[in-house]
Amino acid sequence: MAEIRNYTMNFGPQHPAAHGVLRLVMELDGEVIRRADPHIGLLHRATEKLAENKTYIQSVPYMDRLDYVSMMVNEHAYVMAIEKLLQIDVPIRAQYIRVMFDEITRILNHLLWLGAHALDVGAMTVFLYAFREREDLMDCYEAVSGARLHAAYYRPGGVYRDLPDSMPQYQSSKIHSEKTTAARNENRQGTLLDFIEDFTNRFPKYVDEYETLLTDNRIWKQRLVDIGVVSPERAKALGFSGPMLRGSGVAWDLRKKQPYEVYDQVDFDIPVGTNGDCYDRYLVRIEEFRQSNRIIKQCVEWLRKNDGPVITDNHKVAPPSRLDMKQNMEEMIHHFKLFTEGMHVPRGEVYTAVEHPKGEFGIYIISDGANKPYRLKIRAPGFAHLSAMDEMTRGHMIADLVAVIGTQDIVFGEIDR
Amino acid sequence: MTNTRLEKQITVLQQILGERLVDINQALDEITIVVDSANSLDVAELLKTHPDLGFDTLIDICGVDFSEYSTDTHAGRCRKKRRFAVVYHLLSVQHNHRLRVRIFADDDDFPVVDSVMSIWPVANWFEREAFDLYGIVFNQHSDLRRILTDYGFIGNPFRKDFPLSGHVEMRYDEEQKRVIYQPVSIEPREITPYIIREEQYGGQEE
Repeated sequence: MAEIRNYTMNFGPQHPAAHGVLRLVMELDGEVIRRADPHIGLLHRATEKLAENKTYIQSVPYMDRLDYVSMMVNEHAYVMAIEKLLQIDVPIRAQYIRVMFDEITRILNHLLWLGAHALDVGAMTVFLYAFREREDLMDCYEAVSGARLHAAYYRPGGVYRDLPDSMPQYQSSKIHSEKTTAARNENRQGTLLDFIEDFTNRFPKYVDEYETLLTDNRIWKQRLVDIGVVSPERAKALGFSGPMLRGSGVAWDLRKKQPYEVYDQVDFDIPVGTNGDCYDRYLVRIEEFRQSNRIIKQCVEWLRKNDGPVITDNHKVAPPSRLDMKQNMEEMIHHFKLFTEGMHVPRGEVYTAVEHPKGEFGIYIISDGANKPYRLKIRAPGFAHLSAMDEMTRGHMIADLVAVIGTQDIVFGEIDR
Repeated sequence: MTNTRLEKQITVLQQILGERLVDINQALDEITIVVDSANSLDVAELLKTHPDLGFDTLIDICGVDFSEYSTDTHAGRCRKKRRFAVVYHLLSVQHNHRLRVRIFADDDDFPVVDSVMSIWPVANWFEREAFDLYGIVFNQHSDLRRILTDYGFIGNPFRKDFPLSGHVEMRYDEEQKRVIYQPVSIEPREITPYIIREEQYGGQEE
């Protein structure tokens, strides 16, 4: 009789289902995984060390590049930490803008997750649908910050500028005639808020489309139900947060439990799973689409009615307006000092966490009273989730590993930092 | 509202931990406790299992190199000239409260702290990270390997005496037809210096 032995197989780092640069060393018994050892760090950029050598404002764009599919939420945790150390208040309008863009970002992130997850499991169409909507939302990013991905829009003390009164328009070209261009520009005639409102009205239908494709799909269910089951106790012990924890049936959401900004002013529900498998986590995230849409709607309504400043008037923290700077010596000095030396943050230490689309994203800053952080630590939700990969895949087939990678919503920018 | 809650939490912590509590401090609505590295496992066990504390989730483990920290107040309380510390952020999902625990490693040349992996399994990778970046050794850790840096990397890059540009750079060598390591060719430059304002600068209050 032939000798049967386990063998070791390498997966990634350059593999289309590895979501970036995940390298897994797997010990296999036939097609069954006995042990999976993720090797990470292939995208390590030492963001935390770089931040120790930059002024506080200079590190804001680094935050975009952590989890590069939910840019603004990363910035949010970072600026909140600085604001807490400085003990400054953020104008209420800026808080609403932040909440609105946090939720837009959540939809952006979940759209990419849904598309990539479905693609991994074998459904091509959802990916194309998801990117159609991402296009609209990235236009919102572009309208407000000028960048489609790496926005650097949140600043300590508020947001960089107020919402614009117009949306960028498509131009006609050889491919797109005047008539089709006019049709494409139809919902871009008003302000950014009009465009976002139009999107929130269209979006629930889109979610229904995704659900038609997936929720009751036989193949989708065969691939996800009872895969990667995590009990609530185990999920807490493994440091899960966000949809991964809620999928296991723990009703925990920082937006409800430890509300920041104006999350206690808006109305929304927290979806919770029951079985803790990949399918429940899918359902939780689908429901989060709808809840995020609800929050955006409420923010649009509030922002229409209320005007006001969007960044603090403390010029030690935020730059003065260009007009004031040109006319006033004092403001000129503030501007110069802020952009050369940077702001000085009082001594102390602070940990702030936000409900990131992937889980709890935290920033821990130790300040020495200097213009740069003494130590910046980024708590990435994906890091804790990926460390549970071994436990979640043990005893499953290789094909299920792909489903588990998908359900963990892995993005290497934040895990490797 | 929050203040009374935090004060209550402080009293509870003082009662439960008693002698093992080296320092307890509240700032910016956050509680920080300092514990001796000898007691760390007992304290961790209590923090997790005691019904009034119930810290069921370990959120984060963060290594810190205090060698250039200018003060013994704030984050440097009870430092006593020790260089390395490990900072744990804990969360209780059932009671909805947080706690920061700081443990200083007694030996600067060979910093050792007990692993809390047996209490919170999530500690596994976080401890590997602190080991990799700071060289802090975690006693009783089952699989203490480097995690973020390259295979065969030498040094602990997040220590304050490790230069930002590193020691070696990597390139493909046309003659040897392979990837080689060589000393870095770029010079470190500092555009904005690290400035700490003296006390009462410009009439500001500390």
